[in-house]
Amino acid sequence: MIAVKDKAKTFDLPKDDPRTKLLMSTLKREGTRPDALIQVLHTAQTLYGYLPMNVIRYITQSLRLPPSRVFGVVTFYHFFSLKQKGEHNCLVCTGTACYVKGAEKILEEINKAYALKAGEVTADNNLGLQTARCIGACGLAPAMVIDDNIVAKVKSEEVTGIIRSRIGEAK
Amino acid sequence: MNLKELNDIAQKVRKKNEGFKKKVCVCCGAGCLSSGSEPVLKGLQQAVKDKGLENEIEVIPSGCMGPCNQGPLVKVLPDQTIYQKVLEPQVTAIVERHLSKQEVVTEMLIFSDSREVSADTSQDPFFKKQFKIVLQNCGNINPESINDYISVDGYRALDKALRLMSSEEVIAEIKHSRLRGRGGAGFPTGLKWETVYKYVASEKYVICNGDEGDPGAFMDRSVLEGDPHRVLEGMAIAGYAIGAQKGFAYIRGEYPLAIKRFDQAIKQARKLGLLGKNIMGTEFSFDVEIRIGAGAFVCGEETALIASIEGKRGTPRPRPPFPAESGLWGKPTLINNVETFANIAPIILRGGEWYSEIGTPKSAGTKVFALAGKIQYSGLIEVPMGMSLREIIFDIGGGVPGGKKFKAAQTGGPSGGCIPEEYLDTKVDYESLVSLGSIMGSGGLIIMDETSDMVDVARFFMEFCMDESCGKCVPCRVGTKQMYDLLSKICFGKAREYDLKLLEELAVYVKETSLCGLGMSAPNPLLSTLRYFRKEYVEHLKGTPASQIPSLPVS
Repeated sequence: MIAVKDKAKTFDLPKDDPRTKLLMSTLKREGTRPDALIQVLHTAQTLYGYLPMNVIRYITQSLRLPPSRVFGVVTFYHFFSLKQKGEHNCLVCTGTACYVKGAEKILEEINKAYALKAGEVTADNNLGLQTARCIGACGLAPAMVIDDNIVAKVKSEEVTGIIRSRIGEAK
Repeated sequence: MNLKELNDIAQKVRKKNEGFKKKVCVCCGAGCLSSGSEPVLKGLQQAVKDKGLENEIEVIPSGCMGPCNQGPLVKVLPDQTIYQKVLEPQVTAIVERHLSKQEVVTEMLIFSDSREVSADTSQDPFFKKQFKIVLQNCGNINPESINDYISVDGYRALDKALRLMSSEEVIAEIKHSRLRGRGGAGFPTGLKWETVYKYVASEKYVICNGDEGDPGAFMDRSVLEGDPHRVLEGMAIAGYAIGAQKGFAYIRGEYPLAIKRFDQAIKQARKLGLLGKNIMGTEFSFDVEIRIGAGAFVCGEETALIASIEGKRGTPRPRPPFPAESGLWGKPTLINNVETFANIAPIILRGGEWYSEIGTPKSAGTKVFALAGKIQYSGLIEVPMGMSLREIIFDIGGGVPGGKKFKAAQTGGPSGGCIPEEYLDTKVDYESLVSLGSIMGSGGLIIMDETSDMVDVARFFMEFCMDESCGKCVPCRVGTKQMYDLLSKICFGKAREYDLKLLEELAVYVKETSLCGLGMSAPNPLLSTLRYFRKEYVEHLKGTPASQIPSLPVS
């Protein structure tokens, strides 16, 4: 999918995008050490919110790695996403403590209100839903994260209210 | 930096502290922050200033104090008074009454909504039964200040090791302490260090495993957030002992605060010359870099973790050769867990003899547990090895809330098992938990009450292992999927007796033939629930589906 067929042709990112500059400086700092790959991908995901195909191609070329290797790493780790996330994102923890305390009910409620399953985004792109294996907030189970803020001890009947108060409407 | 300069800093901080009549610690661990402790910290600082008390009272952010469920927590020292659920409106009460008039705000004392407590909350059973070594500084110092750490004997162990001890002596001390790996398997730490020490190589590496992947465990997170310098010091001592110059801390991407604090700690230590070239004027040079994990449970396995640091897919490889011989980039590598490293400095300072006398004959020292699930007081605790599960769950944790009956304690995450009520008096150590069909694991302890369906619990963990299997070896990749399907069938009340037989057979095969710890231990939750809760399986075979039809999606 991302194999560069014409080897002589190099691949560039839009120069006027400020994110390109930041990504380039990270690549420059890490050099061409192949072990820098995961760190670079972390930076790229923070910058773009996900890993667009052209960014992956660019990284592949800069680190002089085979595309298969980069794609392999991207798809192996849960943290990296090839799909665009929503404007706002809700991450429901499904770790053991949250499971025991009813994480699935929270997911059900969200599904009922927004017709969303884990990994999906609403049609208006305002809300994305993800699940996590454990966010380490087990003492506050069940927990979810809305746009980097942990919401503790979530009651399933209040879920939609909490989401609405933080991000407004989503369809 | 030398001992004198270290003493100077410690003295300066202590002198500054003596000038204050009281120290107020506001918990700024990830748990309390999410309950809203940051505005409380700012509010307290402002209120103290407004009252003109800023020369008498110091307000600092601190690490985790333990009972996360009751947060945000505020501790007043030296009174040892902890207030719970402190939000901005409650700030005034603490300042007006406790800090100005020495009057304890009884209605806000920790646990006061469920039991009698005295103003000295360290006498409450939750705290009194604990024994803190790893968490000694957590909640008492500002984790973002290296000077605070130095004032509580920080980096003295490193100084002692570098100045007064040879590598062999450091290893001998660790061996003498009988410390065992806190990541779960319990391999003797001293022996591991000695093995790496004995290999001759141009380069060696120290790796701190902070990829706390077990769902339900948050000990490493709290230690990294609450006392990062302790872990760093342990790594440096390890580097000196085995002859390494470079260390890596592999921390989960899910823990941004832990990454931030640890990164800060590294920078501060470098600035003071406690990391870098010629540490404390000796020949020894050592530096640490952070590697951020990207969300793969299997990366907790040492060979997979090494692959991940090298920038590859985190898949394990067969051992031997063990990382001690051929690890990161083929060099001898020492991998220890966060909590193991946090134990090193006190052992060097106070001696292996002291440490070995704590705990049980086979498992020395203390263990940090993360209590969660259906329990009254969830949070982080540290107890001596050999304490019974009953004491941990009922005396410290306050038992099961809501008048429900206790059903099982789950230890060791997806690699562990469920322990029923009749074994609650078992003394917790590595061996006793294995004999019960579970493992110590990294220390997650999830309590389940009578409403939990144990077959569904087994199914939950199997789904986890199936999803997290890296796919390299067949028994794990295919076996976990088949076991998951069979468990689902049972849960939905659609299985027959033959399915259960097949499941039991398959569990043994997967356990015996998988490549790494993930596959080898994946059947544990299934086998332990079968052992203690077979009745529930049989019930489902009769056609009764699980009370709550599980709907956790496969992500």
